Amino acid sequence: MKTFKKIATPTIAIVIFLAFWEFIVWVNQWPNYKMASPSDLIPAYAKYWNLFLIYGWQTLWRTVVGLLVAVVFGTLIGMIMGFSRTMRDALYPLLVGFNAIPKATVVPVIALILIGQHDLNTVLIAFMISFFPISVAVSIGLSTLEPEYRDILRSLGASKWTIFWKIALPKTLPEFFGALKVAVTLAFIGTNLMEIVEPHGKGLGHLFDSGKINADYPLMFAVLIALAFLGILLYYIVVALEKIFAGWAERPQG
Amino acid sequence: MANLIDIKGVTHAYKTDNGPLPVLDDLNISVPEGDFCAVVGPSGCGKSTLTKLVAGLMKPDQGEVWLHGERVTSPRSTVGMAFQNPVMLEWRTILQNVLLPLEIVPNKMTKKQKEERGRELLALVGLEGFEDKRPSELSGGMRQRASLCRAIVHKPDVLIMDEPFGALDAFTREDLWQTMHALRAEEPFTGVLITHDLRESVYLADEVIVLSGRPATTQHVENVKLDGRTDLEVIYTPEATEILHRLRHQIEIAQGRAKDEETA
Repeated sequence: MKTFKKIATPTIAIVIFLAFWEFIVWVNQWPNYKMASPSDLIPAYAKYWNLFLIYGWQTLWRTVVGLLVAVVFGTLIGMIMGFSRTMRDALYPLLVGFNAIPKATVVPVIALILIGQHDLNTVLIAFMISFFPISVAVSIGLSTLEPEYRDILRSLGASKWTIFWKIALPKTLPEFFGALKVAVTLAFIGTNLMEIVEPHGKGLGHLFDSGKINADYPLMFAVLIALAFLGILLYYIVVALEKIFAGWAERPQG
Repeated sequence: MANLIDIKGVTHAYKTDNGPLPVLDDLNISVPEGDFCAVVGPSGCGKSTLTKLVAGLMKPDQGEVWLHGERVTSPRSTVGMAFQNPVMLEWRTILQNVLLPLEIVPNKMTKKQKEERGRELLALVGLEGFEDKRPSELSGGMRQRASLCRAIVHKPDVLIMDEPFGALDAFTREDLWQTMHALRAEEPFTGVLITHDLRESVYLADEVIVLSGRPATTQHVENVKLDGRTDLEVIYTPEATEILHRLRHQIEIAQGRAKDEETA
């Protein structure tokens, strides 16, 4: 019953959303080049299902790789900033500045520097756009560690590494997963920025572009929904990982 | 009997933006092996600094701290610590929390022996049946009980407690006092108890040391052995009341509210 409710609640929410969308388009009598309705999307999926699979996979794997790089790099930066006050003061303005630059403007630069390396380009943008929240979360998690935690282990003669491994790392996991949920959606935005701004015939971004060129508006909307679906999929994978590694942080509802 | 803890002429100051802030000034404390020593004093007089020095987490600017005839210059595994905030690793069960020191301190115990030791201790403090619970499922008093088990699981020579019962309600506190006596009967250790509670110091300790206001120095030492009684009623005997009065007066002197008759 509990699992049923857990699945049914978001499903019903999605159905209500789609019905509302359909209704708005119908009431306003919008043509599909203005706003396609959910019922317009079904033929688009039926017609191009194989392209959705191929391009969807390309988008997905490049996003995931970009995200993995972001996790490694973001955690490293976060650790450096979390443990050293000086490094935190030094790196924060740089990171904030870097993050404030619209990534759409970075896309052509990257595309030019690494010309022709489409997969690498795309992974790079996905990484760049998504590592920031991870760094911030890890650094906050580490720098706000209560001194008692450290003292308990330090008074026993534990090394810095032991303290990190046994206490700091697990203690930071809830914050880390919170940031990862944000990073997942950002990484998709990064991948698609590259695919759309610097077209190279790969990924759902390319399918979106072809829809635009051919004035196939339902296809464009269908791509957006497919992206949303991939985003939700990856998000729930992160939620599942969070349950395994940081499930202890969730308090029973009282 | 040899002194287990010897604090000789310790002076310490913290560096702040407004220059050095002296907290300890020529402090001398000796605790014989097996004794339980309570340290009381006005707020902010450097009591917590004292725990850090004994644990080897900090080095004093001047003076020496000796444990077991060895000078303390770095943390050592023969020390157990309990704090006012009974920090528990929330991702571990209570038993796993209690066993944490055994993962750090070198020992020859098998996994099974460790678990048995942990369960024994938890039973001793009345936490039988809570071994596999998460810390978030326990009340503050229960967490502090578990934290005491963790502090002594590796059989340290010295148990340092920094206001361990300060955040608990009065009745839970009295329960834990009795638990402390029960623990000491089973697991002899030399203890240093930092506290604000004079009744607590009289009930639990063999010796109460009153520190002066900041920078702290040893102002008064009071023997409070009370015939070795461990029942709570002992706090209400005339003898204990008299001691409490004396200590109260010493605190007032430390706070600068009363004058020492001898010097006045």
